[in-house]
Amino acid sequence: MNTEQPLVRMEGITKRFAGVTANLGIDFEVRRGEVHALLGENGAGKSTLMNVLYGLYRPDSGKIYISGREMCFSSPADARKAGIGMVHQHFMLIQSQTVWENMILGLDGLPLVLPRRDIRDRILAISEKYGLQVDPDAYIWQLSIGEQQRVAILQMLFRQANILILDEPTAVLTPQECEHLFETVRQMTAEGHGIVFISHKLDEVMGLSSRVTILRKGKLSGTLDTSSTTKERLAELMVGKKMVFSIDKKELARGRPVLECSSLHSLGDRGFPAVNGASIAVHEHEILGIAGVAGNGQQELCEAMVGLRKAESGSIRVKGEDMTNRAPKDFIDRGVHYIPADRKGTGLVPNMKVSENSILKRYWKRPVSKGFFIKWSEVAAFAIKLVSQFSVSTPSVETPVRNLSGGNLQKLMLGRELSDDPAVVLAVHPTWGLDVAATCFVREQLLGHRERGGALLLVSEDLDELISMSDRLAVMCKGEIMGILERPMEVPVESIGLMMAGTAIPEDAFSREGSQE
Amino acid sequence: MKLKIEPRLSSSWRLSVFIPVFSLAAALFSGGVFLYFMGVSPFQAYRVILTASLGDAYGLSETVVKAIPLTMTGIAVMLSFTMLIWNIGAEGQIFVGAIAATAVVRFFYTDSRAVMLIMMFLAAGAAGGIWAAIAGFMKAKWSVNEIITTLMLNYIAMNLLNYFVFGPWRDPSSLGFPMTPPFPDAARLPVFWGTRIHGGLILAIILPLLFWFVLKFTRWGYEIRVMGENPRAAGFAGMNYLWNVVLVMFISGAIAGIAGMCELSGLQGRLQHGFSGGYGFTAIIVAWLARLHPFAIVLVSFLMGILLVGGETLQIVMRLPLSSIMVLQGLILFFVLGGEFFRKYKIRAVGAEEAVHLHAPQSGEEK
Repeated sequence: MNTEQPLVRMEGITKRFAGVTANLGIDFEVRRGEVHALLGENGAGKSTLMNVLYGLYRPDSGKIYISGREMCFSSPADARKAGIGMVHQHFMLIQSQTVWENMILGLDGLPLVLPRRDIRDRILAISEKYGLQVDPDAYIWQLSIGEQQRVAILQMLFRQANILILDEPTAVLTPQECEHLFETVRQMTAEGHGIVFISHKLDEVMGLSSRVTILRKGKLSGTLDTSSTTKERLAELMVGKKMVFSIDKKELARGRPVLECSSLHSLGDRGFPAVNGASIAVHEHEILGIAGVAGNGQQELCEAMVGLRKAESGSIRVKGEDMTNRAPKDFIDRGVHYIPADRKGTGLVPNMKVSENSILKRYWKRPVSKGFFIKWSEVAAFAIKLVSQFSVSTPSVETPVRNLSGGNLQKLMLGRELSDDPAVVLAVHPTWGLDVAATCFVREQLLGHRERGGALLLVSEDLDELISMSDRLAVMCKGEIMGILERPMEVPVESIGLMMAGTAIPEDAFSREGSQE
Repeated sequence: MKLKIEPRLSSSWRLSVFIPVFSLAAALFSGGVFLYFMGVSPFQAYRVILTASLGDAYGLSETVVKAIPLTMTGIAVMLSFTMLIWNIGAEGQIFVGAIAATAVVRFFYTDSRAVMLIMMFLAAGAAGGIWAAIAGFMKAKWSVNEIITTLMLNYIAMNLLNYFVFGPWRDPSSLGFPMTPPFPDAARLPVFWGTRIHGGLILAIILPLLFWFVLKFTRWGYEIRVMGENPRAAGFAGMNYLWNVVLVMFISGAIAGIAGMCELSGLQGRLQHGFSGGYGFTAIIVAWLARLHPFAIVLVSFLMGILLVGGETLQIVMRLPLSSIMVLQGLILFFVLGGEFFRKYKIRAVGAEEAVHLHAPQSGEEK
């Protein structure tokens, strides 16, 4: 249908970072006047691919053609000259300057005396054309996030970019602002621009794009015409085929509920609802998995359930006791432990020693602490025990944690959170970025915790891991629990994909099917 | 070829001794060049500084007199800096501490020296503490930048002091000088060995020991260090960041206020215009140079004392303006803080290809 040269053609792009292959032989193209959606879970390689296109990374191999000419970008400036513009999730705008000052930011060849009127006229002309209403004289800090995004898009159009990369543009917008953005995008494609639309919201991809490319674990899962596919097919391509690995998991009868929430509502960091009426319960001897596309409220749910995020409404109970909006310390004291995804940023203090980090959750307890004091001899003894028990490889317990590798950071944190036989552990992406051996170790430890009678809430983007580990699997979408699957192993992965895409399925649908077969 | 800056994975103790010493040497060298252009011999000037401050018992005692308020205030700001709260307002806290102590002398005077000194001590601590806690509270509650508020509170305190010494508290017999009447003996700290070294010395010895102990061996000290290094991890471990911001600012301000009271009651004996001489600001330099270590603060305060006493003598002997001594101080800070960069990072020449990798994401695994 379109015989002219595509605006962008990327061939066989491969990019590796110290041991991690972020992109492997990926082909990608954008035609004139199309919205090409780039879909994938976190860590699937979307950002890396776009950063290669934008000149931030140089690919290890592969070629980039812009309108048929092979290009080699060594910086974003080169990419911008070739007409590529990127609107990042965090807008690159100067807060203390006005809209029109931001437009000319970094432009070459400006005259000494700025032609203010010309600049403003051009801004107004562009904003008229694309429906991007914005006051050229407003300061960035005065604008809402949605308006700032308009400015960021305007900035690209002002620089005559004809290929625009929008990196999860709707993540920060209200539904009305999203609708407005889509109008603008449609207007831009009508003018012949090519748009790369990065997202992991399937509805938007279906509604807006003409083609969609799906990445999974750094590889190309497929490129499809949006009109001839379905949300379910996309979800399946995103999460892949079920690959249950054999793990040694004992059959255990579920015990009493340990941590429960009902009709829980919480806001995300930007103040929009992130958890919308979730109700779940984790029991003794049970692993409850939470599946969902990244950013559907899993992290916020966990934070709310350990007291780190406010519950706007609903309730949280620990062993039957109402703990709604209690301090994090109260949760810790009742044996609710949390393994956050962000190891160095939240779970550990990088500049402090292994020993000092090992007592972060027990520094007020005997024998490590006595009265007002910390007994460092006890701390060292505890840390040495922890390090050997959880085979953390570190020169000594005096080593600053920042010098440890990712796997050892995770083992240290895991040891700290599991060492007291806590009642319940909430683990978010516990094996993310770890090598095979460390991954196995972490899984074994978590299963050991379940065998000793502990409860585990496991959030992961690795669906295989979730299915293999979990006794029950809850699927989250847009902050809601779409359903809880009793025997995740027996459920077809397409159904889980369907639920991740936002289709609610009655809880007992699968168990009945399962028993009939 | 490009220069690439990368963090040092580990910093040896050798490096942490060598870099400050080298920085100090570089500062003294460039200070020497400066002195040379001021028309004096650098060697002679440095000799004057050393003999005036360390050469005899009197000089030494004067150096100690300067080191006392610097140590106390240095400890005060160190505490807040450890928690990554920037108390730039120690100068103002010194002033309000001194004002409060003076008010006690004026309005609650008794002949008992012990009672008098304890009351002054408490009043100065409370006033300085509250002064700083205002900024701490605004920071904790509304995220108001404490650098700005503490800095602004300095000017308020300074002009409050001026109001009292120019106005209602001015000594009628002072021939118009902006100062209160001299304090009676019961409101004076004892002095030692016939020098001007006063009772503040005891606090300047106790406070570093106390806070070294507190930060290293107590639960609260551990909390403060965790909160300074990683507030998110502190919240995750159940620590109360907001309350501790206010508490740390209160204690920091209280120590500075008490330093003001000691300077007032031990040395000057009356409240007067321009009373602190910038100790509250110099303390920031002291705390940084000491890399926030309590014992190093004592050492650096003593070195600063040498510079101050030497500088005063330099003014008289070599007719150099006081500001030239400030230039020397500034040079030292500049070089030592600059040197700090090299302790944390190393600079390496790399090819252009490798430079692109600088943007590599933090992808879980480091190595």
